[in-house]
Amino acid sequence: MRVQLIALATIVRKEVTRFLRIWTQALVPAVITTTLYFVIFGNLIGRRIGEMGGFPYIDFIVPGLILMSVITASYANVSSSFFSAKFQDFIEEILVSPTTNLVIIVGYVTGGVARGLCVGVLVTLVSLLFTELRVHNFMVLASTVFLTAVLFSLAGMINAIYARTFDDIALAPTFILTPLTYLGGVFYSIRLLPDFWQGVSLANPILYMINAFRYGFLGVSDISLWSSYALIFGAIIFLAWFCLYLLNRGHGIRT
Amino acid sequence: MTVALAISGLQKTYANGFRALQGIDLEVQQGDFFALLGPNGAGKSTVIRILCSLTAKTAGSVRIFGADIDRNFPLAKSFIGVAPQEFNASLFETPMQVVLNQAGYYGIRRAVAAARAEEDFARLGLWGKRNEQCRTLSGGMKRRLMIARALVHRPRILILDEPTAGLDVELRRLMWRFMTDINRSGTTLILTTHYLEEAESLCRSIAIIHHGELVVNTATRELLGRVDLETLVLELAAPLAALPPSRFQLRRVDATTLEVDVRRETLLNAVFAELEQSGIRVTGMRNKTSRLESLFMGLVQGSEDATRAAAAALSAAAGD
Repeated sequence: MRVQLIALATIVRKEVTRFLRIWTQALVPAVITTTLYFVIFGNLIGRRIGEMGGFPYIDFIVPGLILMSVITASYANVSSSFFSAKFQDFIEEILVSPTTNLVIIVGYVTGGVARGLCVGVLVTLVSLLFTELRVHNFMVLASTVFLTAVLFSLAGMINAIYARTFDDIALAPTFILTPLTYLGGVFYSIRLLPDFWQGVSLANPILYMINAFRYGFLGVSDISLWSSYALIFGAIIFLAWFCLYLLNRGHGIRT
Repeated sequence: MTVALAISGLQKTYANGFRALQGIDLEVQQGDFFALLGPNGAGKSTVIRILCSLTAKTAGSVRIFGADIDRNFPLAKSFIGVAPQEFNASLFETPMQVVLNQAGYYGIRRAVAAARAEEDFARLGLWGKRNEQCRTLSGGMKRRLMIARALVHRPRILILDEPTAGLDVELRRLMWRFMTDINRSGTTLILTTHYLEEAESLCRSIAIIHHGELVVNTATRELLGRVDLETLVLELAAPLAALPPSRFQLRRVDATTLEVDVRRETLLNAVFAELEQSGIRVTGMRNKTSRLESLFMGLVQGSEDATRAAAAALSAAAGD
């Protein structure tokens, strides 16, 4: 047990050191992009839009933009880090050691969560330049951002396990993650949509996370909070099991 | 004597159907300095990768100091350290970070690992580079870093995959000294190398793998005892115009160099006496090839001939 705890601490330290070493790539771009969203959609266009869900438009989009940056950062951290370790073969440093596959997963996911939360804090601080943030329920807010970061770190790890080239790392974020995030209610309430598209939107898991997170800030949500938690927990359990299954089979890491 | 490594019926067939190992049985005794030899593609790397869990075996069992790599893998892995031929650490980390992280994966506290790293870096001539990024290291430094990394958890078996390939003479000698010291301190060493004279001079036991099968597994002394014919190169004191009549197989390479084939039972004194009688004075002598190299070529060739004969017999039987 002690061996595994030290191994876990080592992976986490290595991961955190890695993204802090490349902070200009890992932390700054998310802050710049989100600042532009605040300026353009929040301030310039937002003023003309008026209210959304009973709140000024910029207040409405802030939670979604924070969570969007957390999702992107946690996913990208694990997918790029684990794939680099595979690509340059230094994943073998861990594979030859007594470190268990579960500890490898927890270590990399913790690294992804750490980067996601760092980016989330930075984006939150920037948002304070544009609006006054209110917190309706801190526990909901904190648990949602944490669990979402865990979920997308696991998803990033599965992407990295399957990836054979760096292009494969970019495919899922470009063709799946970004569309789902933009259509996940960051910029609008799904109540604005016709019934059919509201129904379609409910199939988008990111919608549940953004709404739960928004509830933590504003106290309003298009989705029931318990549905959101059930979906997030269910997805985490499934992805964690699948990740462990792939590593135990040696998929993509052992011949 | 304790068995450090016991391999039984080890087979590996890759997904594309290639049978890399066809049933290897091998034992390495504790404290041995063991050479695992074979031509490229023979299966040496597959064996090593199975030992350290990077490749899944198709059949067979592997025990490291009694610990089965399937049933008790954390213990089995803790006994073994591997320095691969190719550099496989992060290029953006420093040697110190690489070694400390590796220690962490084995559950060793950072303070203990730092003390060990300091000791090993000093012995391997890496101390001055410990805080430089790995991408700035030369090939020889990267090779030594792989060894320092493999040693940090103080394994009972150290596997060195081509540790001296491409190194200059000075570095190669440093590596030889280092390996000998490590072995003397009680660590069992398994070495793969293409430099057969290296295996001949360092290792006490030798196994040769060819086409995924074990061709030889014996003590180096016993193996070298099988050498029946050696070719000696003789440097002459004065130029020689023509070969004198001789009962030995003499060949003139150039005016001041002769080669002579000598059987194991032949007394070298007789060769020198005859040369003396012919007025030929010898100032130097060396083996044309290492004795192990001669044996290796013979064994590998013999194995291929046997394989071809078996295939021919099979196809003839199929034709019947």
